[in-house]
Amino acid sequence: MRRWGPLWLFAAVAAFLYVGLYLNPKEVPSPLVGRPAPDFTLPVIGQPGETFSPSEVRGKVWLLNIWAPWCSVCLEEHKHLPRLVDGRVPIYGLTWKDLDREAAPLLARNGSPYVAAVDDRDGRIALRYGVTVTPETFVIDRHGMIRMKHVGPVTPAVWTRKFEPLLKALQS
Amino acid sequence: MDQEVRTPVEGVAVLKGSLGLLICLLWLAPEWGMASVPAAPNADDPALEARLNRLAEGLRCVVCQNESLAESRASLALDLREEIREMMRAGMSDDAVVESLVARYGDFVLYRPPLKPLTYLLWAGPLAFLLGGAGLAMGSVLRRRMLRPQADVSADALREAARLLQGSEPHSPRGTDAVSGPTHREER
Repeated sequence: MRRWGPLWLFAAVAAFLYVGLYLNPKEVPSPLVGRPAPDFTLPVIGQPGETFSPSEVRGKVWLLNIWAPWCSVCLEEHKHLPRLVDGRVPIYGLTWKDLDREAAPLLARNGSPYVAAVDDRDGRIALRYGVTVTPETFVIDRHGMIRMKHVGPVTPAVWTRKFEPLLKALQS
Repeated sequence: MDQEVRTPVEGVAVLKGSLGLLICLLWLAPEWGMASVPAAPNADDPALEARLNRLAEGLRCVVCQNESLAESRASLALDLREEIREMMRAGMSDDAVVESLVARYGDFVLYRPPLKPLTYLLWAGPLAFLLGGAGLAMGSVLRRRMLRPQADVSADALREAARLLQGSEPHSPRGTDAVSGPTHREER
């Protein structure tokens, strides 16, 4: 029994390291999941005078996608989003730090994947959502609770694995 | 070629000049970085600024994960500092500010993880290892103390030992020719 001691020790260390290999330090677990989505009222990009506030979509399951015109991954994501979402759930965009006001012409040119994209120019609302990188996507339920936060682009694989089952459960 | 050769004094002067320039550039670089972000009024209230810095020392910049919020120049860190300033101006206590940040980013923003069931192992681990090691060491020392000198050597063995000790010929198991090593080499 004694001579197996080092082997057990090695196995334990190896197991810890193996698990550690697959941890992504960028994926900060969000304590916001299970809490009410922070409220805001922000101007809608490309529609002067209009504003959007999460309270307007109370009673619906919806997505909030944090993006920025200077974020190339977000622009790539825009190409997939409409096909993936397929009108099953309204998706709103929070435009983070559009300091150079590029968002409006960009959305007009490429087509917007959003019902509405709001302008969070100084990034204060994004901070309230605990955003660290773009893109990030929040799933918010009928009661205005955040049910999931996805960090990074919503790819077709991510959509089928993480979003579809959750949305189905929330919408039923 | 000759024209490019500088006297040592000139060379040092040039070196000093470029070093000075480099230091100036490094000094200015952060200011340039901030130019794109709306200027934060940070000099108007030194007391608040000191309080902010003290607090930010213990907070992690969530995008540049090995920097504290106080030392980071990332734009998110600048925004967060501004957010903290505003909370402080609104009269929030340090604890309340930290609490509101933890509510957004989790315990991850704290450089000092709080003591709670999830982190018991983290806090107690080093002490447990220390105590475990001390226990093992004590155990092995005590076990050796308990061992008595072994006296049950057979009479034959004792006689053999005595014979070897009294033997006149030095005994080399390998024979003199086979001896190698430093002593042999030195003789040559």
